[in-house]
Amino acid sequence: MFLLLKYTLLYAVVLMLVALGGMFSERSGVINIALEGIMAIGGLAGILVLSIFGGTLSPSSLVVLSILASALAGMIYSLLLGFSAITLKADQTIGGTALNMLATAAAVVIVKAYNNAAGGGNGSASSKLSYSNNAFIFTAGPLTYNIFLIIGIVLLIVSYVFLYKTKYGLRLRSCGEHPQAADSVGINVYKWRYAGVMISGFLGGLGGFAYIVPSVSIWNFEVGVTGFGFLALAVMIFGQWKPFRIAAAAVFFAIFKSLANIADATALSNLHLSQNIYNMMPFIASMIILALTSKNSQAPKAEGIPYDKGAR
Amino acid sequence: MGNNDYIIEMLNITKEFPGIKANDNVTLQLKKGEIHALLGENGAGKSTLMSILFGLYQPTSGMIKKNGKEVKINNPNDANALNIGMVHQHFKLVECFSVLDNIILGIEPTKGLFLSKKGARDKVVALSDKYGLKVDPDAIISDITVGMQQRTEILKMLYRDNEILIFDEPTAVLTPQEIEELMKIMKNLAKEGKSILFITHKLNEIMETADRCTILRKGKYIGTVDIKDTTKEELSKMMVGRNVNFKVDKQPAKPTETVLKIENMTVPSKMHKNNAVKNVSFNVRRGEIVCIAGIDGNGQTEFVHALTGLEKMTEGKIFFDGADITNASIRERSKSGISHIPEDRHKHGLVLDYTLEQNMVLQRYWDTEFQKGGFIKQGAVRAFAERLIDQYDVRSGQGPITIARSMSGGNQQKAIIAREIDKNPDLLVAVQPTRGLDVGAIEYIHSQLVAQRDKGKAVLLVSLELDEVMNVSDRILVMYEGEIVGQLYPDKTTVEELGLYMAGAKKDVVPAEMNS
Repeated sequence: MFLLLKYTLLYAVVLMLVALGGMFSERSGVINIALEGIMAIGGLAGILVLSIFGGTLSPSSLVVLSILASALAGMIYSLLLGFSAITLKADQTIGGTALNMLATAAAVVIVKAYNNAAGGGNGSASSKLSYSNNAFIFTAGPLTYNIFLIIGIVLLIVSYVFLYKTKYGLRLRSCGEHPQAADSVGINVYKWRYAGVMISGFLGGLGGFAYIVPSVSIWNFEVGVTGFGFLALAVMIFGQWKPFRIAAAAVFFAIFKSLANIADATALSNLHLSQNIYNMMPFIASMIILALTSKNSQAPKAEGIPYDKGAR
Repeated sequence: MGNNDYIIEMLNITKEFPGIKANDNVTLQLKKGEIHALLGENGAGKSTLMSILFGLYQPTSGMIKKNGKEVKINNPNDANALNIGMVHQHFKLVECFSVLDNIILGIEPTKGLFLSKKGARDKVVALSDKYGLKVDPDAIISDITVGMQQRTEILKMLYRDNEILIFDEPTAVLTPQEIEELMKIMKNLAKEGKSILFITHKLNEIMETADRCTILRKGKYIGTVDIKDTTKEELSKMMVGRNVNFKVDKQPAKPTETVLKIENMTVPSKMHKNNAVKNVSFNVRRGEIVCIAGIDGNGQTEFVHALTGLEKMTEGKIFFDGADITNASIRERSKSGISHIPEDRHKHGLVLDYTLEQNMVLQRYWDTEFQKGGFIKQGAVRAFAERLIDQYDVRSGQGPITIARSMSGGNQQKAIIAREIDKNPDLLVAVQPTRGLDVGAIEYIHSQLVAQRDKGKAVLLVSLELDEVMNVSDRILVMYEGEIVGQLYPDKTTVEELGLYMAGAKKDVVPAEMNS
């Protein structure tokens, strides 16, 4: 039971962070299907920092530095989406898909090059990186937590306050609902859409790092982030683009995801079901839930439509 | 008169778009505290001129002055800084926001990092009391009526302390009661010292509210007149460039054989559980214009949808030219000779992101005239579109390749009418064909309907406008709560009697077989 709780918390925080990221982008009017890729790039940046500076820096500054690196990398990578979707007015789904494909491939190339250089350059480097994650994990009572739980809760509250209690949130939301209205009262729609995409990159990159670091100490970048970015999209939709509903949806999906991890070690193993069935569950659950709930979806009205000042 | 009497002057404004001169040396001078109407046909350049004043477009040449001093207006922020506000034809409101949030958007009051709406709310309530703009500041936009949404837009301007208020065709979307209220509000605002620019092509509204009126025609400045020294006829002559005939010119109808026969039609409603159309039967013959009159929402929309195939009927039969078309598809009905000028031109009339020529062949691109082996004959389509554009005077920026969305509403309507009438239909179903159009275009469309009739075709007109019903039709069927409650003849009835039937105060048992 503690194991289930542990994994649920771990995954819930990741899904929530990334889904909140998607929410900011879509609330500003840009569909962000590139979350998967942004996570991979963010995770890569954080782990590279751990790998390069591990041992030379104090644990606490290493934690801060790697987290900042992952978020910044995600943010910079998301600028590509912003450039194609906002400045070039390209189709946002195609642009996002391209970023997803690019991210995993780029991560593998970078890691192989890095390992190759470290291993003397014989060309047979692996796409795996190993690192120490002790500094991210602490124990309280019977459970171990990771630092991202705290960061996640803080960011959830900040997201809510930003979106609903500040003028910036009001402006960002107006750009996703009715950009012509925003423009007519002097709000720069392009600027706010870039802001939405960049916040989304920040949270997505951070989420990618939060997914990889606490659970294992070696990561193969060939698998990207194993579809978590897409799961986060489902969480965002199930959460109806609202922060606290997203948090609740993230917990719900995380429970399904955790079942796979604990299936072997608990009473569930008596059912003699294949591990694959548990692995499929979150995705099947998301398909069913989205099919049932997408009808009364409260998606931002103008999302996915490039804003063009001249159009009637 | 000294220059300082004018709060805003737009002098010798010219604005060119690719292929079209939207404004050609136009001058408009607005006095403080007056209601100044801007009159012109669809596509005369009224909206362009106001967009320039509001900073959405830059003029190609010309000068704007405020209180005698030259100003540059590069964007809506500049306009706002000069206290110029605008109520757009299509409201610029975020539907899922509250009234208050929409009003403060862009100039949000804050306390530290956070929004502080209390003071703003008080100011909005005070303003709405002062000017009689009844609206609940906490209501969500999508829950309130169009009239209230418009009042929100007005409050948006007042909240920004705007002195110059632009209204872009504000009455097009309102019910008669709401229009009356808006007129009162506008007079109130002018009395309090606001200066109002009022874009419209409805002459009655100008005569009722405006102090002065500037007239544009095809982008050119025609003149500015004092309303108290002019008449409706004079205004319409200045607008259209010739005398406008408010009375439709036509001979008595000579109906021949029955072309459309409707038997016991019943159509369910999408809004409520009752049937929208209840057991309706009537005939339409060649050579007559039959008008279905009624107040909006009495089943006319559902009736037309069932007739044209957009909706299924639950009971009854439709015979067209003797054939049973009750279960025919929309295309089969169209090909058998029914044309449909739809009520909602954006939803059912045009594919807005297609070009004008593509829209014009929508119902016949499969004809061998326009395709060979599955490929569209571009040349034939272009020539066809050019002929229709010429014949029906459809004005657009780039001719056949203009994107339909970029055209003015009146010209979109003309394009639909050209397409539908050119099919040479045996039955023309025209639903509110003149809605939102100016007097010149209305006159033209009415004459086209009569011409169809005189060619021996049948016309079924659905209209909410009493003038149109009385002037154009040969026979009137009044629809009330989904039933035909009366059959009247325009030369034997009065507007008052028609009104009684439409309001449900009078009701006849109309025989199922109605022939004349």
